[in-house]
Amino acid sequence: MITRASRTAFASDDMGVRSSGKPTASSYLHDGYSLWSWISSHDHKRIAILYSLSITSFFFIGAMAAGLIRMELLTPAADVVDADTYNRLFTAHGVIMVWMFLIPSIPSVFGNFALPLMIGARDLAFPRLNLLSWYLYIGGGLFTIAALLLGGVDTGWTFYTPYSSIFSNTHVILTLLGVLVVGFSSILTGLNFIVTVHTLRAPGMGWFKLPLFVWAIYATSVILVLATPVLAITLLLLAAERVFGIGLFNPALGGDPLLFQHLFWFYSHPAVYIMILPAMGVASEIIPCFARKRVFGYKFMAFAIIGIAVISFLVWGHHMFVSGQSVYASMVFSVLSFMVAVPSAIKVFNWTATLYKASITFTAPMLYALGFVILFLQGGLTGLFLASLSIDVHVTDTYFVVAHFHYIMVGGAVMAYMGAIHYWWPKITGRMYAESWARVAALIIFAGFNLTFFPQYLLGYDGMPRRYHTYPEQFQVLNILSSSGAAVLAIGYLLPIGYLLWSLRHGKPASDNPWQATGLEWTTPSPPPQHNFDQIPNGAAEPYDYIPEKGVQE
Amino acid sequence: MSQGLTLLPPSATAAARGTDLLYLCLVGFSTLIAATFIIIIVIFSYRYRRNSRANRDNPPSHARGLEAVWTIAPLLVFLALFVWAAHDYVQQAKAPKDALQVFIVARQWMWKAEHMNGRREINELHIPIDTPVKLLMASQDVIHSFFVPAFRNKRDVVPGRYSTLWFQADRPGEYLLLCAEYCGTDHAEMKGRIIAMKPEDYARWEERGALHPGLAERGYALFRRHGCMGCHAAASSVHAPELSGLIGRRVHLSDGSSITADETYVHDSIMEPQKDIVNGYEAIMPSFKGQLNEAEIMAIIEYIRSLGPGQIMGDRP
Repeated sequence: MITRASRTAFASDDMGVRSSGKPTASSYLHDGYSLWSWISSHDHKRIAILYSLSITSFFFIGAMAAGLIRMELLTPAADVVDADTYNRLFTAHGVIMVWMFLIPSIPSVFGNFALPLMIGARDLAFPRLNLLSWYLYIGGGLFTIAALLLGGVDTGWTFYTPYSSIFSNTHVILTLLGVLVVGFSSILTGLNFIVTVHTLRAPGMGWFKLPLFVWAIYATSVILVLATPVLAITLLLLAAERVFGIGLFNPALGGDPLLFQHLFWFYSHPAVYIMILPAMGVASEIIPCFARKRVFGYKFMAFAIIGIAVISFLVWGHHMFVSGQSVYASMVFSVLSFMVAVPSAIKVFNWTATLYKASITFTAPMLYALGFVILFLQGGLTGLFLASLSIDVHVTDTYFVVAHFHYIMVGGAVMAYMGAIHYWWPKITGRMYAESWARVAALIIFAGFNLTFFPQYLLGYDGMPRRYHTYPEQFQVLNILSSSGAAVLAIGYLLPIGYLLWSLRHGKPASDNPWQATGLEWTTPSPPPQHNFDQIPNGAAEPYDYIPEKGVQE
Repeated sequence: MSQGLTLLPPSATAAARGTDLLYLCLVGFSTLIAATFIIIIVIFSYRYRRNSRANRDNPPSHARGLEAVWTIAPLLVFLALFVWAAHDYVQQAKAPKDALQVFIVARQWMWKAEHMNGRREINELHIPIDTPVKLLMASQDVIHSFFVPAFRNKRDVVPGRYSTLWFQADRPGEYLLLCAEYCGTDHAEMKGRIIAMKPEDYARWEERGALHPGLAERGYALFRRHGCMGCHAAASSVHAPELSGLIGRRVHLSDGSSITADETYVHDSIMEPQKDIVNGYEAIMPSFKGQLNEAEIMAIIEYIRSLGPGQIMGDRP
């Protein structure tokens, strides 16, 4: 539905232009109207659109699975789905949300669209490779969807052995293939961004003149390139055990189940930072713009990004405090997990300090960015509980963990993704969205999110394990709260589909720089021409050169 | 088990109350931090809204001193938290020597308990209060996790190795036992009860089960039935290691290394005898994989343990 509607909107853009009275400008949106002109495009902006449509589709598939889960959990007994279906639902939710949505979300959509514009480049360093990344993503997605349609997979997104290698009789291999292929898409995208940032910066743009979003995408790309191959190896080893019976993780064949967990989390913990670093980058663009103030402690913020990226590789063992790893290993991983919280805390302090003596306008992107800061702060604080060994023993594998990572990934990454959509929407489409609708949606999402996930902290400490299809009666009150929050959240996520699609045809035409933002992406027309800039811009300006005296004129 | 909204589950061990204390302190600390920041954000948002007349002279772009403070202050708080939590964790990791031992076998989707006197239970575990209890746990299939919210304690039960968990309940009652590691279709139904009893009640309960042969007794029978005697009995002509007094002893292996013979070592020696060969012996022992299940191996281990240094292999326990 989304694809058809937006394609119509883009294809009939000549009509829209006529009604707005603008001369027919040549933008990337006018570079051919056929489906082929889109799916064969090497233009980073068009590839970003391809990603946004496919990622949004996966988001709603994953969200539907979540909706069914929350419906089942309204009552302690099994009533909506049976146990096997429930297990397939939470696995589908996890696999789709992690690999098909969160990991590619901000990097592949906004990294693709905005990063070359922000550094004054005409495209990414390897445009064809960029298109290949999208095809790999779609290919991996199709494997995953095929596994889902054939009956799904029931291992949980973590694929723990020996359950996944011996005991599960669902479509494990097909799902693994999907994740493996999507992983290659991640690696190629990361590589592309790294080379682009190194080689295609506008003249005069030194490393400390880069917007923090570029720093964040760069750090994310380094993690993508270093960590994703470990995932690929792990999944191949798992497939070797499942298909050929080679003993790696199955103790009956002389393997070690914990080896799998070490390998899996060596990728999957840094993967959390693949999801959150770009979100931090988005917040660092939006907050200074709508506060009309240079981001507080720019260099400190850049170093904090690098610090988080480095330490993220050294904390994987905190997923295994009760698995039987040695006490000393647990203590080392615990102290390192506290260390990674330090640069994260610094970022929250600096965003807050950016508001001091600012001139703040509460547009929708700003509401999302402030919501991001508040929810990320809460997610970070509950991370301290989980890094604390004795508390983790009680709350690991309970809803406390579920709440914590949803605060980081939904409260953090998805809020920032929504903020980014609204912030760059005028640049991407050349249209303004409906501001009041967007503000209402942002507030509904914030409220719905907290109602859904805050009760889950209490549920977790109370002792409700995750991945439970039925549960003891004493947990029902909190589950009802959580499920009703999910309904509110669903409304919040559906609203933007409506008003954003509406704006494609009826929105006010956007000026080149509707937010009076600094940054090179705002110096080119909205929507940008095929090759971004008529002349290569000068990158020597200080980033975030805002003056608090003047607020954004609405 | 109360109904309605509870914020803390019942607690039945001193360790659980220790965890609660740290938890509540952290709740207080993080509420304070979150509230402070939300209030600051709200105040700034109001004061510095676009059309306000607030003073905006010389807006700071950075402040080294302030940044140093908010790097070092959290660091110190985090280190203190680490030490506190790690201290409690280490306490929970080491079981006292005199702990009452119970074997647990986990399988899809039930918990089986084997008491020393041979009494067995399914999805229930009777324990005395005011006595340290140590669980030696094995899994017959996938990973499970033994989770008792009232003890604030859980431990993964990983196939191929023994996991241990210990606790000392101090309040009689019935507490929920849950499986916390996803283990397939009926994961959510893998539930049970811990029944903590006064020691005298426990003694009575234990007596009622004394009709069964003890665990070591059963191990002795298995030891004979599976032909272990043929080689390991003291009188045997086959050159095989003497097993009495083995558990807890240092064993020298043929590759030059040495290892403490714990339960996992004995388990491996039965299932994968080629893995660790004792120095000075031929690798002639066959594997008993597929012939013995986890509960039976536990009984054999208990038989070996029951033989004191004065006894020889082949004696009754």
